[in-house]
Amino acid sequence: MRNYDIIVIGAGHAGCEAALASARMGCKTLLLTLNADHIALMPCNPSIGGPAKGHIVREIDALGGEMGKNIDKAYINIRMLNTSKGPAVHALRAQADKNKYQFEMTKVLQEQDNLDLKQTVVTDLIIDNHQVTEVKTITGMDYQASKVILTTGTSLNGKVIIGDIKYTGGRQGEFAATDLAESLKEAGVELDRFQTATPPRIDKESVDFSKMTIHPSSKERIQFSFFQPRQEREEVPCWLTYTNHKTKQVIEDNIEHSPLTTGIVEGEGPRYCPSIDRKIMRFPDKNSHQVFVEPEGLHTNELYLNGLTTSMPEDFQADIIRSVPGLEEAEIMRPGYAVEYDYIPPYQLQPTMENKVVQDLYTAGQINGTSGYEEAAAQGLMAGINAVLALQGKEPLILKRSDAYIGVLIDDLVTKGTNEPYRMLTSRAEYRLILRQDNADLRLSSIGYRLGLISEEQYQQVEDKRKTIAKNLEELNNIQITPTQKVLEALKELGSGGLKKPVSLATILERPKIDYQDLDKFTSEVPEVNTEIAEQLEIRTKYRGYIDRQLSQVEKFKQMEDKRIPEGIDYQNLDNLRKEAREKLERIRPVSVGQASRISGVSPADISVLMIHLEELKRGGGDDD
Amino acid sequence: MYVTDTIAAISTAVGEGGIGIVRISGPEAIEIVEEIFVSKKEKSLVEVDSYTAHYGQIIDPRNQQIVDEVITLVMKAPKTYTTEDIVEIDCHGGPIVVQKILDVVLHSGARLADPGEFTKRAFLNGRIDLAQAEAIIDLIRSQTEVGLEVAIDQLEGGLSKKVDQIKQDIVSLLAHLEATIDFPEDEIEDFNPDQLGARINEAIKKTSDLLATSQRGKILKEGLEVAIIGKPNVGKSSLLNALLRERRAIVTEVPGTTRDVIEEVINIDGIPLKIIDTAGIRKTEDKVEKIGVEKSEQFLKRADLVLLVVDINQGITTEDRDLIKLIKDKKKVVVANKFDLDNNLNLDSLEELLPETPIVKTSAIENEGIDRLEDVISDLVFSGDIRASNQTLITNMRHKNALDRAHQRLLDVRETFEKRLPNDFITIDLRAALEAVGEVTGDTIGEDIIDQIFADFCLGK
Repeated sequence: MRNYDIIVIGAGHAGCEAALASARMGCKTLLLTLNADHIALMPCNPSIGGPAKGHIVREIDALGGEMGKNIDKAYINIRMLNTSKGPAVHALRAQADKNKYQFEMTKVLQEQDNLDLKQTVVTDLIIDNHQVTEVKTITGMDYQASKVILTTGTSLNGKVIIGDIKYTGGRQGEFAATDLAESLKEAGVELDRFQTATPPRIDKESVDFSKMTIHPSSKERIQFSFFQPRQEREEVPCWLTYTNHKTKQVIEDNIEHSPLTTGIVEGEGPRYCPSIDRKIMRFPDKNSHQVFVEPEGLHTNELYLNGLTTSMPEDFQADIIRSVPGLEEAEIMRPGYAVEYDYIPPYQLQPTMENKVVQDLYTAGQINGTSGYEEAAAQGLMAGINAVLALQGKEPLILKRSDAYIGVLIDDLVTKGTNEPYRMLTSRAEYRLILRQDNADLRLSSIGYRLGLISEEQYQQVEDKRKTIAKNLEELNNIQITPTQKVLEALKELGSGGLKKPVSLATILERPKIDYQDLDKFTSEVPEVNTEIAEQLEIRTKYRGYIDRQLSQVEKFKQMEDKRIPEGIDYQNLDNLRKEAREKLERIRPVSVGQASRISGVSPADISVLMIHLEELKRGGGDDD
Repeated sequence: MYVTDTIAAISTAVGEGGIGIVRISGPEAIEIVEEIFVSKKEKSLVEVDSYTAHYGQIIDPRNQQIVDEVITLVMKAPKTYTTEDIVEIDCHGGPIVVQKILDVVLHSGARLADPGEFTKRAFLNGRIDLAQAEAIIDLIRSQTEVGLEVAIDQLEGGLSKKVDQIKQDIVSLLAHLEATIDFPEDEIEDFNPDQLGARINEAIKKTSDLLATSQRGKILKEGLEVAIIGKPNVGKSSLLNALLRERRAIVTEVPGTTRDVIEEVINIDGIPLKIIDTAGIRKTEDKVEKIGVEKSEQFLKRADLVLLVVDINQGITTEDRDLIKLIKDKKKVVVANKFDLDNNLNLDSLEELLPETPIVKTSAIENEGIDRLEDVISDLVFSGDIRASNQTLITNMRHKNALDRAHQRLLDVRETFEKRLPNDFITIDLRAALEAVGEVTGDTIGEDIIDQIFADFCLGK
């Protein structure tokens, strides 16, 4: 039997990050995958990023994860979204060449020291006295490990549905992990069921693009990673077309074949990825829906029909597609399908990503009830980091809601749970003005450096940036602008108001219509900085008041987060709690008073009771004596 | 539960003698009082020594009016009851003045303390011993059992519906803004600026309307201050007795310390009336034939409604004319008393002197006309003719406090909007407003906004 520090089961987006973090932090790591050709597979849409998701990718990068670097190698179309809506919600979104994405990630894994990559089917976890010790595989090869990280995505008891056909299997011709699901149930882990679906892919040769609107890649040289130089590459456009009354007719006429009617699909699906059937039935007044036609790569003819998700029988899928302008002759290469799968409701998860029932077992990604490549990768990274830290006997890394979207994600999962596949949204983050995508490096790189996931050089790069910002901010505050004729004319030209007495250059920059590049019009002393620094200076002067207010909210929030609740506290005997609060606290077992206060059904009065009890414990009194 | 904020409460029992104490504890206690307190010796409370007392005035920053003369006691952390900075404001007014001071303190940034919260803080900060913890838990527990539901039930009539409407307005506005942010490529129409501005203004208007409603609710709950005035022997005391006898509802008797005034509370159609009997002063000044104008003026200033008693038998005298001058800006009812005697009153000239003032004929001694007087008072209140004066009490300080904050945040939203900052900045204060409204209804912001996004818009690809 072979022995590893950490075994990661599943080489999707969560598994890759978990395995890399573990190996890079010095642990002997084994990554097991059902199919070595499906590493870092993007089974659904070809894009990475977007609001909140793009933020997560940059946070992963700042912590020393791989997703940002990998999509930067593989993207064929990139855009910054939300540019008019405020710096906190600017969001980078890229279309990947899916094959290249897989290829590049596989290469990184293969070249990584301390990391073995093997193809096999895991059939059983040996769990001894609530502690996982061993991994058994279908070929009889067994592995011992100190920590096991499960990142099996949708493969636990996976079932694929197309029309009336339902068969056992994972996505894209993958196996389903049936035995593994049984093994978890036996260990006392509770499972529930979710579903998700994907649109059909069609042949580029059969599409008439002249009837569609072109969406080219951005002309700006933008990318996700803070640390990897940008490479030139071939970029291709996406296309936009619309469904029409014919589409509606086809669906209405055949609705009896939709899973909406047949009820063949079990489990709750995501509200933000509705099938075209659902959209048409739920919003009958809307006569047309967008369809983004997105290439799946440079070396394939497959196109992804973003907006036409359906798992109707394949012939009806063809009818639906062919009702859309430009797709009249379209040939399906892969039909759309729904997949239902087991997940572990995340109240069984600790903020470290370790399971509450089975010690040394960590879970990350879709198995925890989330959806999305980025959400999966973030959890994988955190599970990898925390498994290593636990192995080394160090304090776990738990990011707060005020530290990162990753903190919001994990806190939401373990505190609130989820009723549908969980997707990150900027509206879930209460401190999003602080958690910007432009400052992820400044927020998190020191943590990545401390963990050994960010190099000395990369760390210095971020610290230099921090110093440059501070220095130039000070300068902007020191440079005085007096209301000379030239200054007044410049203000007028920029459509800004007058000026009566001398002010600092920073005060000028605070004005809404004045950008950093306009400052030259007022003085020749403007500090020369690159666009990245200029952006930071603009944000920090223009929105200072709002940022300061959020920072003071964060201070208050942190005080409650820092009030730790000791493990093993006996809620059952804390009889001043209301019944609902007691049950919820018992089940979720929050690590801090702050977390406890976010549990639905726990009132401020319950929190007061809890705090008084904690103080009693601290002084050595109370019920537990 | 927010350990770091600053809390305030009245720490003397209502109606318990003349001295009232408002206590403020927390990191901003001193700054908050500094903002509303003007020291006679122009001292800054931030700079004074711990455990020192300072004489001065409380000024309401909203209208620069003097609320009361007070003594502030400054106690600095950590050697205080809660181990936080504490300021106590000792005022010498009755319950109304104390409430008013609390209102000013809350407006300036403190939060109304929960029951037992000072003691809870003292305990959590290691200040008091274990035995006392149980007592606090009992207090918190009783609060839990009564629960927020009850607090919501207390919102009478359309009030709770209106709070809910404001909440819905904010949620749907937020959901729309958030939907455009989280789903930038979906076909969600952006607000045009006029639309957005109008929606924000509507929420502001609804909130301020509601605050005004709560002002009226205040009258219903806490009562009107009614002053009975009139020259000597006109029958004021008889009138008061008649009103009291009729109701048999003497609720409290609150002798002020600095002002010898008798407050009687009677109940008319569910409205408590605090009747200030000016006869009270005159007993101490019985040698004075004339009315103690100076003192009366003070009472009159406070009163929401004046009952001017005249003697039908004597008609309108010079003294009456002086009084009429004094109350010309007040809401008033003329009580033409002693109608059992000969009528020497010229009603026409009285109406000329006091246009649009109801006149009720009574015989207080015979207990006649009292019902009619009550009807007139009741009509005045319910028709909205009587606005509460600044000093009227508040129905539920907690609700008003929360709504005030929501209103303030919405004004911030408007400011952000008018500065034409990107929509993301508008959502920041909208969320804060929603949180404040949620304190009234007992809801916390959870999935509300996200649920609303998916309910309102066809999203997702």
